[in-house]
Amino acid sequence: MQDLGIQVLFQGTNFLRLCGGIWVSLRIALVSMLASILLGILLGSIMTSKNKIIRFICRIYLEIVRIMPQLVLLFLVYFGAAKHLGMDISGELSAVIVFTFWGAAEMGDLVRSALISISIHQYESGYALGMTKKQVFMRVIIPQTIRRLIPSAMNLLTRMIKTTSLVVLIGVVEVVKVGKQVIDANRYTTPDAAIWIYGVIFLMYFAICFPFSKATSILERRLKD
Amino acid sequence: MDFNFIRSYIPIYVEAGILTLTIAAIGIMFSAVLGLLCSVIKMMKIPVLKQMVAIYIELSRNTPLLIQLFFLYFGLPKLGIVLSSESCGVIGLTFLGGSYMAEAFRSGLESVESIQKESALSLGMTKMQVFRYIILPQALATSVPVLCANVIFLIKETSVFSAVALADLMFVAKDLIGMYYKTDEALLMLVIAYLVILLPISLLASWIERRVRYAGFGNTSTVSGN
Repeated sequence: MQDLGIQVLFQGTNFLRLCGGIWVSLRIALVSMLASILLGILLGSIMTSKNKIIRFICRIYLEIVRIMPQLVLLFLVYFGAAKHLGMDISGELSAVIVFTFWGAAEMGDLVRSALISISIHQYESGYALGMTKKQVFMRVIIPQTIRRLIPSAMNLLTRMIKTTSLVVLIGVVEVVKVGKQVIDANRYTTPDAAIWIYGVIFLMYFAICFPFSKATSILERRLKD
Repeated sequence: MDFNFIRSYIPIYVEAGILTLTIAAIGIMFSAVLGLLCSVIKMMKIPVLKQMVAIYIELSRNTPLLIQLFFLYFGLPKLGIVLSSESCGVIGLTFLGGSYMAEAFRSGLESVESIQKESALSLGMTKMQVFRYIILPQALATSVPVLCANVIFLIKETSVFSAVALADLMFVAKDLIGMYYKTDEALLMLVIAYLVILLPISLLASWIERRVRYAGFGNTSTVSGN
């Protein structure tokens, strides 16, 4: 049986180029995730507000983000902004904008549900012990909220990493694009390279996401006990 | 805004939307069947099959649909398996959705207490009957919120089909932008098309969820996403 062109992977710097490609996607995911966490905490605190109008606006924002496929949002920013703002936004920057817009909403909802899941007794007991409002928040509420947030935030991170694969469709040179370049460059010498290249990219995503999702389920189980 | 342009291209969007919905519907149906099968295998703890299901679920949940599609569409032909765009879409969506559906059904099946099964068995029902009449109906009702979320998630995921040359909504929008530079019109119609498809489904889903919750099946478990 023929080897189907696996040697393409080991020729020159092909494998390193693929790794460089996946780093581009990862970088987008990590930057957006960081921004989403910061904005999400802010948004989540706002969402617990008692003001109905503020809650309604947050709700609309969340629903818009949830109902639109992320690819549509990417198209809107990448093609729309270029035309209206007269700016030439790079694919990578539009990806970060879109994923932050999306991630902040999701993170905000997670923060909100973590905050409201802490029962009122926790606050009251803190006050009864003579703690100030600041102390109750810093020592009682926030530590518990973070404990509840970690698994769901990690789940969001794996979703974010998986979703960054879409950026190839708005012209960012990441792992799929590099893979295509490698396949095209070797079209005549090894016409069957595609199966290996796409297989390796598939496994790369798996290798990155699997540890996070495993850790998520372990943490979730530990949280239940 | 060029409304004449919009009017003349509505039929193309409708056609693309119908194609998207058709493939989504077939894919969701298959993934529900696959998911139910996987969760039953997991529940019955059938050796070998159980491990295969576990590997499949991890592979499918930890990789993006786009990469799965690329592998199916550009990789597999090298092994002599040539798939059309449409079958790629259905297979890819089923591969992705199967694991999400399996998790939804599993949480439903686990929520049925073992006393239910034991009582039914002691009434003289066969194993098959217990599953068909006792466990499955209760499990389904509990999984409904997650199932609804999965359906919406899978319809949204179909937006990447354009990458394997399927003439779906994204494909049409990109085409119009590329051919006529009608960016605003194309994007506006794209957003409206997805709203027309997803808004009613999402409203219907939350209505069903409320109905099921009122029926007394507590557990409004967490909503899974992509």
